[in-house]
Amino acid sequence: MTTLAFLNGVDPWIFAFSFVTVAATIWMGFRSAKTSKTASDFFVAGRSVSVGWNASAISGEYLSAASFMGVAGMVMSSGYDALWYPVCYACGYLFLLLFIAGPLRRFGAYTIPDFAEGRYDSPVFRKIAVCFVLFIGFFYTMPQMKGAGTVLAYIFPGMPYWGGVVLVGTVITLNVALGGMKGITLVQAFQYWIKLFAITVPVFVLMAVYGLYNGHVSANTPAGVPAGIERKALVEKAPKDDKWVAPFGPLTTKAVNAAAAVLPAEERPAYLAEHQKPYSLLYTYSLIIALVCGTAGLPHILVRFYTNPDGVAAKRTTMWVMILIGVFYVFPPVFGVIGRNLMPELYTGLAGIKGTDQVVLKLPTLLSEKYGALGSILSGITCAGAFAAFMSTFSGLLVSMTGALAHDVYGRMLRPQATQAERLVAFKFAAVLIGGVAIGLGCFVEPLEINFMVGQAFAIAAASYFPLLFMSVWWRGMTMKGAATGMLSGGLCALIAAALTNFSTLALDKGPMGKVFAGFAPLNGFWAQHPLLRILCEQPAIWTVPLSIGLMVFVSKATAASVPGDIRMKMLVLHAPEDLGLKQEYIQEHSHGAGH
Amino acid sequence: MPTPTPHDDRVHSEEFLHTLMRRQLKLSIACAAAFLVVLLGLPLANYFAPALMATRVFGFTLSWLVLGVLFFPAVWSISWYFIRHSIALEDDEVKSVKR
Repeated sequence: MTTLAFLNGVDPWIFAFSFVTVAATIWMGFRSAKTSKTASDFFVAGRSVSVGWNASAISGEYLSAASFMGVAGMVMSSGYDALWYPVCYACGYLFLLLFIAGPLRRFGAYTIPDFAEGRYDSPVFRKIAVCFVLFIGFFYTMPQMKGAGTVLAYIFPGMPYWGGVVLVGTVITLNVALGGMKGITLVQAFQYWIKLFAITVPVFVLMAVYGLYNGHVSANTPAGVPAGIERKALVEKAPKDDKWVAPFGPLTTKAVNAAAAVLPAEERPAYLAEHQKPYSLLYTYSLIIALVCGTAGLPHILVRFYTNPDGVAAKRTTMWVMILIGVFYVFPPVFGVIGRNLMPELYTGLAGIKGTDQVVLKLPTLLSEKYGALGSILSGITCAGAFAAFMSTFSGLLVSMTGALAHDVYGRMLRPQATQAERLVAFKFAAVLIGGVAIGLGCFVEPLEINFMVGQAFAIAAASYFPLLFMSVWWRGMTMKGAATGMLSGGLCALIAAALTNFSTLALDKGPMGKVFAGFAPLNGFWAQHPLLRILCEQPAIWTVPLSIGLMVFVSKATAASVPGDIRMKMLVLHAPEDLGLKQEYIQEHSHGAGH
Repeated sequence: MPTPTPHDDRVHSEEFLHTLMRRQLKLSIACAAAFLVVLLGLPLANYFAPALMATRVFGFTLSWLVLGVLFFPAVWSISWYFIRHSIALEDDEVKSVKR
C-alpha cells in the first residue's frame, strides 16, 4: 500500500476529528449553495441575518489560527507581554462599537470601497480603497496558511509544510466559490461554537488533572512550586521565570537585547539599564494601538456589519461579539502557561516549525500517559478547532477579497453593464484566482510566527482603514484628497515597515527561505545598531496612525473647497436612526442629482 | 419628488444634525475614555510600580490577573452601558422629531 504511506504514524482519533470538521464544513457550504441565488445573497447574505447568527459568524470568522494556536504559543514563549494580544483582539471591538459599527451600517453599502465612493462621490477613491482590501487580506491569509501547514504536518507526520497549505487552501477556495457569503454565514457561526468547545473542554480536563490556571502561573516564582502542581525542568532556551511572568519580558525587549549583544561586555549592563524598559514601554503601546485600532479596520470583519438589518442591530451584534470572543480568549493563555510547566521540550522547536505554536495541539496528548485514548481524543478535538480556525478566517478573507475584486473591480470598473449571471461567474473566478495567490504566499512564511504576522495585518489596517472610517464618520470637513492621502501614506508606511521586518527575519532562516531572502541579511546588522528603528518598524502603529490622521486633517483643510456638496445629508444618513426614513430620501435625491 | 413629511424641515436643519452628532459622540467619547484609562494605564502601572503589580493574588501576579482575566468583564460592562444609552438616545431622537 505505497499510496497510503503518508498515513503511517497517524493517530486515528486526531485524524477522525479533523476529518469530520472539514467534511461538515464542506457539506454545509454545498447545502447552502443551493439556497443562495442572487448576487445580494452572495455578497451580504440578503442583509437579513439575525443578531445571534451574525455575532456567532463574526466571532467564528475573527478567531483565526493566530487566536487558536498562535496566542497560546506566544504566551508560552514570551509570557506576560503576549497577553496583550488576546486582550486587544477582544477589546478592539469596543472602538468599533463606539465609533463605527452603527453609522457604517446605516450608510448601507456592500463593501468598504462602496462606502469610500459613496461618502466622497469619487470612483477614484474606490480604487484606492480596493487596494487595501487586498493588501490587508493577503497579509492576513499568510498566517492562516502557516496554521494549515503546521496542523497538517502534525496530523500527518510525513507531510511537507507546503502540502498542507495547498490542500487546505484548495478545499476552502472551492467551498467559497460554490457557496458564497450565505453559506459562509452559517458555516462561520457553526465554527465559532466548534472553536469554543475545542479550546474549553481540553483546558478544563487538563486543569482537573494537572492543577488550575492560577496554580500553574504561581509555579513561575523563585519561591518554588506549590503543592499539587507538577513541573518539569525548564530547558535552556526557555525564558527565566522572573522575565517570563513580569511585564517587559522577552517579546518587547528583543530589539534592545540584540543591540546589547553586539556591544563590548562591560558596556552592556549600563546600556540595558538605560534603554531596556523605556523601549519596551514604547513597544507595548505601539502594539496596543495596532491591535485596538486594527480591529476596527479589518475589511473581512467590517463587511459583516452590512449583513445586519439596521444600525441598532449592528451595535447589538458588536456587543455580543465582544462577549463571545472575550470568553474564548481567556483560554488560549492557559494552554501556554500549562505547556510551559509540563511540555518545556517544545521550546527547543522542531526543524523549521516553531515548537511553541504547536502547544495547543500537543499538550492534550500528555493525558495519554494516565488515561489512554483520552489524550488522543482531546488532541483530536483541538486539531478540529484549529481546522475550524484557519478555515473560517480564510474563507471570510476570501469572500471579502473576492467581493472587492468581483464587485468593485469587475462589476464597477471593468464591466458596469454586466448581468447578474455574469457577476456570479466573476465571483467564482475571482475566488479561485485569490485563493491561488494566497496559497502561493502561504508557502513562503513557514519561519515566521503566526501571531506576529496577524499583528502586522492589524498594524496595516490600523493605519489605513481605521483613520478613514473614523474620520469619515465623525468629521464632515474631510475631503476625498485628504482621506486618500492619509490612508495611502499611513497604510503604505505600515506595509513597508512590516515587510522589511519580515524580510530580515526570513533572511535568518536556515532553510530554503534564508537563501531566497539572503539579500536582506545586512538589515539585521543595522537593526542591532538602531534598536529603536527596529521597534518602530516591527510595531509601526505608534507613528503610522497619527501620521495618517494628521495628513487627513491637514490635506482636508487645504482642499476644503472640495467637501461634497450634500455633506449634511450624508451625515444625517450616517447618524440619524433608521426610523426617520432618511436613507430612502437620500437615495432618491442622489439618483436625481448626481446622475448615476 | 416624494411628498414632504411635516417633520422634514426640522430634520434637515443644521441644528438637528449638530445636536444629533454631538450627543452620540459625547456618549462614545465618555465610554472610550473609561476604556483608555484602563488600557493605557496598565503599562504605566507596570512601568512605575513594578513591585505592586508583581504582588501575588491567588497565584497570579496582580498585573496578570488584571490583564488576563478581569479586563474582559470590565470591557463588557462598558459596552453594555453604551448600548443601553445609545439605544435610549436614538429612541429619544425619533420621538422628538415625530412629536
